[in-house]
Amino acid sequence: MTSVSSVPQVAIANVAKQYGNGAPVLRGLNLAIPKGEFVSIIGPSGCGKSTVLKLISGLTPPSSGTIRVDGTTPRNARETVSYIFQDPTLLPWRTVRDNIGLALELDGMSRDRRAAKTNPLLDLVGLRSVADAYPRELSGGMKMRVSIARALATNPRLLLMDEPFAALDEMSRDHLNEELLRLRAEQNWTAVFVTHSVSEAVFLSTQIVVLEPNPGRVHAILPVDLPQERSAALRTAPEFEALVAKVSHTLRGARSQ
Amino acid sequence: MRQRLTTLLNAVAVFGAMLFVWQLVLWIFRVPSYMLPSPWAVARAVAARFPSLAGAFAITAEEAVGGLIASIVVGVAIALIFAQSRWIRRMLYPYTILLQTVPIVAVAPLILMWVGAGTGSVTLIAFIISLAPIIANTTQGLVSVEENLVHLFLMHNASARQVLVSLRLPHAVPSLFVGIRIASGIAVIGAITGELYAGSSRVGEGGLGYSILYASSQLQTDYLFALVLAATVLGFSFFFLVSFLEWYFLHHWHESARTPEVE
Repeated sequence: MTSVSSVPQVAIANVAKQYGNGAPVLRGLNLAIPKGEFVSIIGPSGCGKSTVLKLISGLTPPSSGTIRVDGTTPRNARETVSYIFQDPTLLPWRTVRDNIGLALELDGMSRDRRAAKTNPLLDLVGLRSVADAYPRELSGGMKMRVSIARALATNPRLLLMDEPFAALDEMSRDHLNEELLRLRAEQNWTAVFVTHSVSEAVFLSTQIVVLEPNPGRVHAILPVDLPQERSAALRTAPEFEALVAKVSHTLRGARSQ
Repeated sequence: MRQRLTTLLNAVAVFGAMLFVWQLVLWIFRVPSYMLPSPWAVARAVAARFPSLAGAFAITAEEAVGGLIASIVVGVAIALIFAQSRWIRRMLYPYTILLQTVPIVAVAPLILMWVGAGTGSVTLIAFIISLAPIIANTTQGLVSVEENLVHLFLMHNASARQVLVSLRLPHAVPSLFVGIRIASGIAVIGAITGELYAGSSRVGEGGLGYSILYASSQLQTDYLFALVLAATVLGFSFFFLVSFLEWYFLHHWHESARTPEVE
């Protein structure tokens, strides 16, 4: 899946970002994310991790530098991009099914065609039995699954995730990590994943980008040489623990910059 | 079921105790009936003059409902304008506060002068007095949408109209109902107050406020009490009706509309 194609999924060249007259959040950021990679962005707080996602999604423009997504501008590429936020960001007045179908509905798709798309997604994330429930009836983990299913409904080529599992307990988080890998094996999207958790980053990623703060820029890019097929057992394997130790060490280095 | 029965019996017991204390006061202090009629006399007045009581009730209810519906329609429209930009809000919001603070008692004679006596001017007064809470709460609901939800819509290339119809408006419905609940009580008060000034275009026929004024000038204290009772019933029914509608529309998804199981 690490096929190097001529056009990277995301290309960030010499980007700086500053909100208003505040201190620069990012400066001299260069990053190329090849198609099919699962890239985690990790770094001390204040290094602009979330801002990187906002820039790739085009929700905020860079102060200088260029960003290309799928060979075009972030705004033009939006149709192929989905964003998963830290909160599930579900619409409480819509059922699970209608939340998953939101993007399709905004796109003007008919009810029947939406149902044809959302039904397999409900099965895929194991929510068939609560399809007609409202979000307030669901647990935190289930809400996040709805959020993931909604993001996948538009068949994205790029998935941006901003600490999506940070608010969950460890068991749900581990479980959703495994599901995310299973979904990726089936659907083969590229992922940019922001997280605070080193072990989560190692478990999910093919590449880990460590940012350093003040202002944010790339400190190190670490490849994750673990098998494509990953199961829960991997978390106790020595090579996994070695990698976690290595990333943690690099992260400490980034913090002391 | 059993719990409901207990609640009902409790309410009846409290009501009975209140009537008893009322009667006790009459016996102990020997209050003349034109100052304070007995509960029994009030009940008799209700029975004897039920048609005119019901007529007054209907007139006031109509005025209050008319004023409330008008303030919902106009209030939501104004809130939609306010939600367009912070700049518009900053410029115009002070006027809604003005609307809330101007004493209606002072404005009522003016309205009477401009519109003339009768149900029209009373409805207008009920409308003016109940408008501010609708505007304030609906605007709040429209603009307090979580930023990430707006981002989600933008990520899927939603139009401004889609953000309004599919996100901001449904998000504002619970706040709108808070506004309506506040406004419904005020609308009844507004209608009755309005009637004190602009009660009726025909002598002897008017809503509760007008009849209260009339009964008090005639020293028909038992009927006056019956009218006050009717006004209370009207306020209560408004409140319950709005609470029911709120429950009906929101109980599927909104926390506030659920019956609390644990207290």
